[in-house]
Amino acid sequence: MPERPQDRVASPPATAPVSHGESIEAASLHLTNPELSWIRRYVFSTDHKWIGLQYGFTALCFLFFGFSLMLLMRLQLGWPGHAFALLKLLGESRAPGGVLLPEGYNQLGAMHGTIMVFLAIVPLGVGAFGNYLVPLQIGAPDMAFPKLNMFSYWCYFIGGVIMLSSFAAQGGTPASGWTSYVPLADIATRGQTYWLIGMVFLITSSLLGSINFIVTIVQLRAKGLSFMRLPFFVWAQFVTSFLLLLAFPPLESAAFLQLMDRLAHTSFFLPSGLVVSGEHLTNAGGGNPLLWQHLFWFLAHPEVYVLILPALGIVTEIIANNTRKPIWQHRWLIYSVLWIGFFSFIVWAHHMFITGMGTLISGFFQTTTMIISIPSVIILTVLVVTLWGGAIRFNTPMHFAVAFLPMFGLGGLTGLPLGLATTDLHLHDTYYVIAHFHYVVAPGTIFALFAGIYYWFPKITGRKLNEVLGRIHFWLSFIFINGVFLPMFLQGLAGVSRRLYDGGVQYAHAKAIAEATNPWISISAWCLAASQLPFIINFVWNVVAVIRDKRNAEDNPWQATTLEWAAATSPPLAHGNFAVLPVVYRGPYEYSSPEYPKSDFLPQNVDLHPAASPGGGMLAGTAVAQREA
Amino acid sequence: MEAHAEAHEHVLEIPYTVHPRPDTGVYNAKLGIWLFLASEVMLFGALFSAYILLRTGAPTWPRGWEFLNVPLATLNTFILIASSVTVVLAWSNLRLGNLKWGRIFMGLTLLFAIWFLVDKGIEYRHEFLEGRSPATNNFMAVYFTMTGLHGLHVLGGVIVFTYFLFPGAKMWKTDRARYTNRIEVAGLYWHFVDLVWIFLFPSLYLM
Repeated sequence: MPERPQDRVASPPATAPVSHGESIEAASLHLTNPELSWIRRYVFSTDHKWIGLQYGFTALCFLFFGFSLMLLMRLQLGWPGHAFALLKLLGESRAPGGVLLPEGYNQLGAMHGTIMVFLAIVPLGVGAFGNYLVPLQIGAPDMAFPKLNMFSYWCYFIGGVIMLSSFAAQGGTPASGWTSYVPLADIATRGQTYWLIGMVFLITSSLLGSINFIVTIVQLRAKGLSFMRLPFFVWAQFVTSFLLLLAFPPLESAAFLQLMDRLAHTSFFLPSGLVVSGEHLTNAGGGNPLLWQHLFWFLAHPEVYVLILPALGIVTEIIANNTRKPIWQHRWLIYSVLWIGFFSFIVWAHHMFITGMGTLISGFFQTTTMIISIPSVIILTVLVVTLWGGAIRFNTPMHFAVAFLPMFGLGGLTGLPLGLATTDLHLHDTYYVIAHFHYVVAPGTIFALFAGIYYWFPKITGRKLNEVLGRIHFWLSFIFINGVFLPMFLQGLAGVSRRLYDGGVQYAHAKAIAEATNPWISISAWCLAASQLPFIINFVWNVVAVIRDKRNAEDNPWQATTLEWAAATSPPLAHGNFAVLPVVYRGPYEYSSPEYPKSDFLPQNVDLHPAASPGGGMLAGTAVAQREA
Repeated sequence: MEAHAEAHEHVLEIPYTVHPRPDTGVYNAKLGIWLFLASEVMLFGALFSAYILLRTGAPTWPRGWEFLNVPLATLNTFILIASSVTVVLAWSNLRLGNLKWGRIFMGLTLLFAIWFLVDKGIEYRHEFLEGRSPATNNFMAVYFTMTGLHGLHVLGGVIVFTYFLFPGAKMWKTDRARYTNRIEVAGLYWHFVDLVWIFLFPSLYLM
């Protein structure tokens, strides 16, 4: 989608108190100068906006692919042992004659989890939304290290290609789950080595990206934009980056150790006397399988917050904008997100209650787990109370954002029994766990990401997505996604294990509930897939329209207060984002401010007392706009 | 209108690439390298934790000094400490505008780094000739993994200093302050590599 803002004359929106008079001249100044080759502009670009879009497109493709793997698994789970023509796609080694083998099922499961977490959601929430919006929201011309930014994207891309190429590996893809638990993963087929090497690339990408985000936020904030004036989305990205920076390296170490086990025949994770297929392993032994679990969950619990925090950021922006009110107790959002960031490093072993760690350690991790639920509840409370008494505009982004609140709440509350060792003993590794974390990530995070796509699409393209198609997409998705995950709570409470390739029908205790619910879950999942059609049509249709240069949105179509809308054109200038770097005078959510009765929003960069401040281009423009108003 | 034109030129450039931002007191790359080092602490921290867990859980554990080459490793320790000194001297000379001595000290740092790697290669060769490989036992696995990853970091330093000594030095003519900053940042990384060895040496060779 080429950006051609030179064709655009930025016109000041009728209701906005900001003048874009300056940007007309600026646009002609800037866009004549990027004389970059096609490759430098669209493939190896260093512009954060284009890199953000690259992340976005790649991650959406992976999201679709990971979802498709799950659709194939659901065929087997709904109707175990039946032949499906579609499953023949997986090849004779995984599904001979269209009947999925247990080995094939395990491969699909491991790849679904890996792709969704590491290649779809994190790159969408952080790589795409973070990259595109953070520099715009803090009034910066680009990220602090543009070349490093490009390098991060290509590391991610290579990591993704390596993961996908494991489908062609001898013995198939990794099949030890997204957690790659040892000793199983140590002795697994060659695909596991692809997983480890792919992870090293993905981790490197996240690590370099997080350094870039933190430096950008600390160093490149516009004049007057103190930390407490940052939009919550930027705060969420800031804390997320610290989680990625500090939690990912231990998994990188663990990946090296597992690689050594697999390639140099060390025994970091292999205990003595292990028997595989009736034969003693010849390794030296003396290793510790729990070491892997500790190192893995030391990353993977903060990773849960990496999945959810950008989503909370997106939802906060959209709720503030559409309630036309300031966020109630905005500062508590910030305290809570810092609290979550800190505590997420000391809760990891609640994933390991059944490993026999001992009651003292279990007690510690139960306590920290209960404590970390408090800031999440504060954040939800802040957002729910913000809705109170607002004249809410129910557009498509707001539908998704509001639906996020109860869905994330349900996901969070059902996590409490998993955080207490006593109840976890029963629920561990059942469908209850699947339902719990999917409520957080699927109708939680993915709904927030959809909200973000609908909300910022006009920012990126200058064109709004279709409202009717958007609402159809929302309502169908909302119904069917609950149809998928709600019954899984019941399955889990009945004790159905999450790893069974027939959905549990081979076990007496699980047979009745599995047969009663699994076909309906599978039908819901396929209907959920069909519900994405309105979105795909809407998206492709509008992208094509943008490429044909048909735009229908103003610079600030949602009448928002934050800098990306109030100080930049839509789409932003290709090179440098702003005609003049903005100056910030107030917090991010000054909606319906009594200070400014003329309009129901007061952008961060509007100077209400221009005479008292040193003059600049933007200030003069604003003053003129005010006189006219 | 003049202020306006200046503003436009300013827009295209990313602020604080060379000079520190007044309220944070650092330039971008310096904050970046500190964050990178924080992540490196976590990387090696995880490896040291793994080492401690495996060692405390083992009924018997080999003693490094009984068969590893302690004198050579001691020499290597002093080599790395010396290289940490020379990299600071390289930076301070550049700060004073003295490119010649700056490059001499940078070259010394590079030589020390290569010397360290050669010594490490001699040690590895000796271990393999004696029939000790990573697969022998968990001590050798820890030894090869941790010194190997550290060796890769030293190799990274060799590449960085070779670049700044030869092709990268062109920047001295165009942007002296930025070139000096780059050496400072590379030096911070180098101190960290040195520090990791200071922990590795006693925990693998002496304890």
